[in-house]
Amino acid sequence: MLEKLKLKTFDAEEIRKDFPILERRVNGKQLVYLDSAATSQKPRQVIEAEKAYYSEYNANIHRGVHKLSQEATEAYEGVREKVLRLINAREKEEIIYTRGTTEAINIVTGSVLLNSLQKGDEIVLTVMEHHSNLVPWLAMKKRGIDVKFVDINDDGTLKMEQFEVLITKKTRIVAVSCASNLLGTINDARKIAKIAHENDALALLDAAQAVPHMPVDVKAMDCDFLAFSGHKMLGPTGTGILYGKRYLLEEMEPVQFGGDMIKEVHLTHATWNDLPWKFEAGTPNIAGVIGLGVAIDYLQKIGLSNIRMHEKQLIAYALKTLKEIKGIRIFGPMDPEIRGGVISFNLADVHPHDLATVLDYEGIAVRSGHHCAMPLTERLGETATTRASFYIYNTEEEIDRLVEALEKARKVFGV
Amino acid sequence: MTLDQMYQEEIMDRYRNPSNKGVIEKADIYVKEYNSFCGDLIEMYLKLNPDGKISGVKFNGNGCAISQAAADMLADEIKGKSLGYAGSIDEGKMKEMLGIPLGPIRIKCALLALKALKIGVQRYIVKK
Ligand SMILES: Cc1ncc(COP(=O)(O)O)c(C=O)c1O
Repeated sequence: MLEKLKLKTFDAEEIRKDFPILERRVNGKQLVYLDSAATSQKPRQVIEAEKAYYSEYNANIHRGVHKLSQEATEAYEGVREKVLRLINAREKEEIIYTRGTTEAINIVTGSVLLNSLQKGDEIVLTVMEHHSNLVPWLAMKKRGIDVKFVDINDDGTLKMEQFEVLITKKTRIVAVSCASNLLGTINDARKIAKIAHENDALALLDAAQAVPHMPVDVKAMDCDFLAFSGHKMLGPTGTGILYGKRYLLEEMEPVQFGGDMIKEVHLTHATWNDLPWKFEAGTPNIAGVIGLGVAIDYLQKIGLSNIRMHEKQLIAYALKTLKEIKGIRIFGPMDPEIRGGVISFNLADVHPHDLATVLDYEGIAVRSGHHCAMPLTERLGETATTRASFYIYNTEEEIDRLVEALEKARKVFGV
Repeated sequence: MTLDQMYQEEIMDRYRNPSNKGVIEKADIYVKEYNSFCGDLIEMYLKLNPDGKISGVKFNGNGCAISQAAADMLADEIKGKSLGYAGSIDEGKMKEMLGIPLGPIRIKCALLALKALKIGVQRYIVKK
């Protein structure tokens, strides 16, 4: 009961107690971790779950009849149900474990590529895509498949009207991020999927920056594929999910071959395993998946709507306070309603690496560079940007520390 | 190391007012190289005398203070020297010239110009 009462109101200070790393000092200062868009920190519950697997029931899955293997298999397979509920999928067969978003998208491009796409077919992406939802599609150009891009407005939102023009009967797949890892823009994924379907194209959503931060419902969005990373949502590195509609996954050829993904093997041929194992060749990241299950429990206990609300407050505060810094250029929408907890900026002519180094001296971890979105960085007319990104454990006080450090950087570089 | 030591006067001076930034038309050696970690770009231009001495060096592109200062220092270091000497400069020498300890990520900024130079010298030698 007490537990319930506590969780009713979002309490970042309470949450912080679960994250041992946040006690760390960096360069003599209390760590301010503002790089969760790259990878989130992990609560002790997740760390302990991985440790428990290794120290109590470490065994390979699907293979042994012995006790440990049974326990490991049960724990590992049990996580599918949690993922299913998290994103409101229909069946466990639609949930494929991957190493992350990148591998999830590569399963789709690799498989679709082998199967059915032909010269003259078109793919529609946007200029704000992360390299992982861009480079795999570019690789298809070799086969005469055309890749088209929806542009952004000056405020960092997508030019939605371009979808209506660029998506045609030639379009086979529309692949778009739910939320940008650089601009923070939250896209109208449901509408984009609808336009795709009206033209008999499939919709793939890169939800790497959405599933960790807000409620995501694959049925409501009616997407055909959804990809996201476990390590950006409190889970271990090397975990991720590909969701796909069952009829599509049934049709698709596997991309990796070997143990576990087969039904029967002869010296002349082999047949593939049932879903979802058809796509999971070899011994997977068992400990990681078990940890991911605990991460999902943790997030759902807080509530994804509450997390979104917390981040909306943080981004509103960050936009308001950073805006006041002299010489700052902030990219992306200024409206917190359509922006996730990500803020990228540049300070006068200070190079982002130099800025990030100054912040590091103040114990503040941010990311600098192109954020795996070189075309978008170029589109913004920049060579690199500095990015601060927020999660459940961040506070307004930490944003104050960021602002102070940016003021200090202005002095160091005389801007 | 403190922040002031890292962004010491020489680094900041060279970053703000580099003496070797620019381009050389009809350079004998030209290399364009990216830092894959951040996308920063550097271009190196070398002009050679008939006797193989480096008569002119320029670098261009945009990057952080560390990468720009390193490029400027490197240009000063090889000006008037032989191509063989330019090719012999290694990471250790570059770090020594900069005189500041850098972590595994920032070191890539510091070594970008050197990497470009080495590629250029190598290509020139192979072509000859
Ligand atoms: C929007 C987006 N898509 C894809 C990825 C790639 O995720 P991963 O590196 O876990 O495969 C990231 C994160 O790096 C991202 O932010």
